[in-house]
Amino acid sequence: MTNPGKALPEGATSFARIQAGMAKRRAAERRFKMLGRIAVSVGLLFLSVLLISIVSKGYTAFWQTQMRIDVVLTADEIDPDGTRSAETLRKADYSSLIKQSMRDMFPEVSGRRDKFALYGLVSNGAAFDLRDKVMADPSLIGTKVSLWVPADDDVDMLMKGHIDRNAAEDDRRIKDNVLGWINQLEAEDRLELRFNIDFFTKGDSRDPELAGIRGALMGTIFTLIVTLSLSFPLGVAAAVYLEEFAPKNKWTDLIEVNINNLAAVPSIVFGLLGLAVFINVFGLPRSAPLLGGLVLTLMTLPTIIIASRAALKSVPPSIRDAALGIGASPMQATLYHVIPLALPGMLTGTIIGMAQALGETAPLLMIGMVAFIADVPQGVFDPSTALPVQIYLWADSPERAYVERTSAAIMVLLGFLALMNLVAVLLRKRFERRW
Amino acid sequence: MTQTPILLVLLLALTSAAYYFGCKRAFRVADGKIRKLHSLPGYYGLYVALWAALPALLILCAWLLFQGSIITRMVVSSLPDAIQQLGPDRLNLVVNDIRNLVSGNIVSGEPDAIMLAAADYYRGLLSVSRNMLFAIVLIVAGLSGWYGYSKIRAQHRARNGVESIINWLLVACSTVAILTTVGIVLSVLFESIRFFQSVPITEFLFGLEWSPQIALRADQAGSSGAFGAVPLFAGTLLITFIAMTVAVPIGLMSALYLAEYASARVRAIAKPLLEVLAGIPTVVYGFFAALTVAPFIRESGGFLGLDVASESALAAGLVMGMMIIPFVSSLSDDVINAVPQSLREGAYGMGATSSETIRRVIFPAALPGIVGAILLAVSRAIGETMIVVMAAGLASNLTANPLEAVTTVTVQIVTLLVGDQEFDSPKTLAAFALGLVLFVVTLALNFVALYIVRKYREQYD
Repeated sequence: MTNPGKALPEGATSFARIQAGMAKRRAAERRFKMLGRIAVSVGLLFLSVLLISIVSKGYTAFWQTQMRIDVVLTADEIDPDGTRSAETLRKADYSSLIKQSMRDMFPEVSGRRDKFALYGLVSNGAAFDLRDKVMADPSLIGTKVSLWVPADDDVDMLMKGHIDRNAAEDDRRIKDNVLGWINQLEAEDRLELRFNIDFFTKGDSRDPELAGIRGALMGTIFTLIVTLSLSFPLGVAAAVYLEEFAPKNKWTDLIEVNINNLAAVPSIVFGLLGLAVFINVFGLPRSAPLLGGLVLTLMTLPTIIIASRAALKSVPPSIRDAALGIGASPMQATLYHVIPLALPGMLTGTIIGMAQALGETAPLLMIGMVAFIADVPQGVFDPSTALPVQIYLWADSPERAYVERTSAAIMVLLGFLALMNLVAVLLRKRFERRW
Repeated sequence: MTQTPILLVLLLALTSAAYYFGCKRAFRVADGKIRKLHSLPGYYGLYVALWAALPALLILCAWLLFQGSIITRMVVSSLPDAIQQLGPDRLNLVVNDIRNLVSGNIVSGEPDAIMLAAADYYRGLLSVSRNMLFAIVLIVAGLSGWYGYSKIRAQHRARNGVESIINWLLVACSTVAILTTVGIVLSVLFESIRFFQSVPITEFLFGLEWSPQIALRADQAGSSGAFGAVPLFAGTLLITFIAMTVAVPIGLMSALYLAEYASARVRAIAKPLLEVLAGIPTVVYGFFAALTVAPFIRESGGFLGLDVASESALAAGLVMGMMIIPFVSSLSDDVINAVPQSLREGAYGMGATSSETIRRVIFPAALPGIVGAILLAVSRAIGETMIVVMAAGLASNLTANPLEAVTTVTVQIVTLLVGDQEFDSPKTLAAFALGLVLFVVTLALNFVALYIVRKYREQYD
C-alpha cells in the first residue's frame, strides 16, 4: 500500500517498514476524513445560507406600514345628487378626499412639488379601500371617518429600516421635508406596522405595497389541478401497462428508453413543445392554466411513471399468483389486488412529481404565463401567472420593496413544497410494507 | 366553452344509464341466474357504458381541438380579397381583432363594417358549431351505447371485451411518452429547418457573433442580425464548468464520507438535508444568485481590486454548482453502496486504512458509475434555465474569464421567446434551433451516461 521507506537500512523486517510509514498513512487518513467532513459541511452551509438569506430578506413583508388618516366624506364630493346609487358611489373621486385629508394634516405644505410629495405618502390603493368602505356603508357619507390605509412603499421601507435615515439627503430616496412629515406622523401614532393581509388576498400590482400573491397562487392551483388530473391517471396507466402487461419487444423497449430520456430533457424544451404544438397548432389560449397544466403534465409524467413502476415492482409475485390461482383474469388480479397494494407508492411518486411541477418556471415562461396580470384568475381558461413566475417577475422589478415581497413569496412557495414532501414522507411511512 | 361542462355532465348521465341498463339486461337474459352468464353482470354494464362514452368522447376532443382553427380559416376566406392579400402577420392582427370583437374585448382601433360582419359570421359559426357538437355527441353516444346494449347475450364475453378495451387504453396511455418525444423532435426540428433556410447551419454552429436583431428599416444601425452561436456555447460551457468544479468535489467527497465514514445517525440527518438542495425550485436559486451571491462576489472582487461584472458567470456558476451537489452526491452514493462488501473487506484484510480502501479500491470500482453521475449532472447544468436567466447576462461575450458576464443557450431561448413573437422571423426561429441543439446535447449526454452505468453494472451482477 505504501512505498517502502528508502531510508531504512538493508535487511530491516517488513514490520518495521510498515511501522515507519504508519504515521504518514494515519495523517493521510485523517486528512481524507476531514475533507469528507468539510464537503458535507459546505453543502449544509450552502443550504443554510440560502434559507437564512431568503428568510431574513422576506419576513418583513408579512407586515406592512399602515397610515391612519381622517377623511371627511363630504356628500358634495361623493354623491352630489343624493341618489346613493352604487354606480355614483363607485365613480366618486375618493383620491381627492384623501388628498384633502392629507392637506388638513399638514396645512403648512404649499407648492405643487411639496404637495405632490405629500400625497405620495399614501398608497394609490388607499382610494380603493375608502371606496369599498363607503360602498359597504353609505350612511358614512357626510361624516368624518378615521381609517388605516397602506402607506407608500418608500415610507414602508423607511419604517422597516431599509432606507437609512442618517444618509445624506442626496443619497436617500426620501427627502428631508418628507422625513419631517413622517416623523410627525409617527409622533401622532399615525404610522404603524400591521399584518399584511393584502399580500395574501390581492393580485399583482405595479405598486409594491399593494402587490399580493393571491393571483399567482390561484394560477398555480389551477395549473396543478390540470396537471394532477391528467398526469396521475396517465402515469399510473402507463406504468401498469409497462410493468404488468407489456410483452418484451422492441416497441416496449422503445417506450422505456423514451421515458428515461424524457425524465432528463431540460424543462425549457417542454416549453418549446407547448409553444409550437399546443399554441401554434391546436390554438389553445396563451397564458392559461390549462396550457401550463398540459405542459407540466408532459414534464412530470416520466417521474410518475418511474415511481409507479417501482411501486408495482415491490408488490410480491405471490399476490398475483394467489389471485390467478383462484381464477381471476390477469386484468382482475392487477386491478383488484396489485394496484391497491401499490397505490401508496404511486401516490408518493405523484406528490413528488407535483412538487416538481409546483417549482417549475422555465416552460411557463415559454407559453406566456409571465404577463402582468392583476386580476385573480377564476378558471383554467383565464390568463394567469404561477407562483414561481411571480417570483421571477418581482425579482426583476427595481423597487426595493419588491425584494422582501419576492422573498416572502419564496417562503410561501417553499412552505408548500415542504408540506407536499412531508405528506409524501408520511404516506410512505404509514403504508410502507415489508413483504 | 361554457357548454362543454354541461355536455360532459349529460354524457356522464348517459354513461351511468348505460351501465344500469346493461346490468339489468344481463340479469334479464340470464333469467336472474348469474351462473348462466359468462361474466359478472357488472361487466355487461361496463361494456355498454364504455361503448356509450368512448366514441362520443373521442369526437368531443377532436372537435374541440380543431374547431378554432377551422372556424378561423372559414372566416378568413370570407374576408374581402384586399384583406386576404395582407401578409400573414397583418392577417393575424385582423383575426385577433375579430376574435376580440367576438368575445367583447377591446380591439385595436375602431371596428369597421367588414370587421363587424366578420365578427358576426364568426359568432354565427361558433354557435352553429356548438349546437352541432351537442347534437352529434349525444346522438353518437346514444347510438353506440345502443349497439353495445344490443350485443348482450348470456354467453357474450363481456369481461373479455371490457378487459381488451382497458388494455388498449393502457397501451394508449403508455404511448404518450413516445408522442411527447415525437412532438418535441418535430416541433423543434420544423422550426429549426425553417431557420436554417435563412441562416446557413454552418454559420449558426461556427459563427463567432451573436446579435439576433432584425432590422425594421433597411438603413438602421446594426441592422444585420448575426446568428453565430459559438459565444452561447462557450458561455454555457463556462458556467457549466464552474458549476461542476463546485459540485463534483463537494458532491463526491460528501457521498464518500456519508457512505464510508459517517455513523448511521449523521447519515440519516445529513443525506436528506443535502437532498433538500435538489428540491428547491430553480427560480429561488436564481433570486439568491442575482441578489445575494452576485453583489457579494462583485464587492469582494472590488475589495481585491478586480473588476467584476454584476452579472458575472462566477455567481451563476457557483449557485448552479450548489444546486447540483445533491445530484452528484446521491447518484454517487448509490454507486458506492453498490460496490460489493467483499472488496472492502479484502482491502481491510490486507491492512489498508479506510482512506486507502476508498481511494484505491472503492473509487476505481465505482468510477464508471460516478462518471455516469457526473455526465447526468452536466446535462442538468446545461439545460438549467432560471438561474442563468436571472443571474447571467444577456450580451454575448466570447470569453473564458469567469468574472465577466456571459450568456447561455437557455438564456437566449427565453429572451427570444418571451413576449410577442412573429413566427416568420429568424429571430424567433433561432430559439428553436437553440432548443434543438440543447435537446440533442442533453440526449447524447444521457445516452452516454446510461451506457456507462449499465456497462458497469454488468461487472458485479
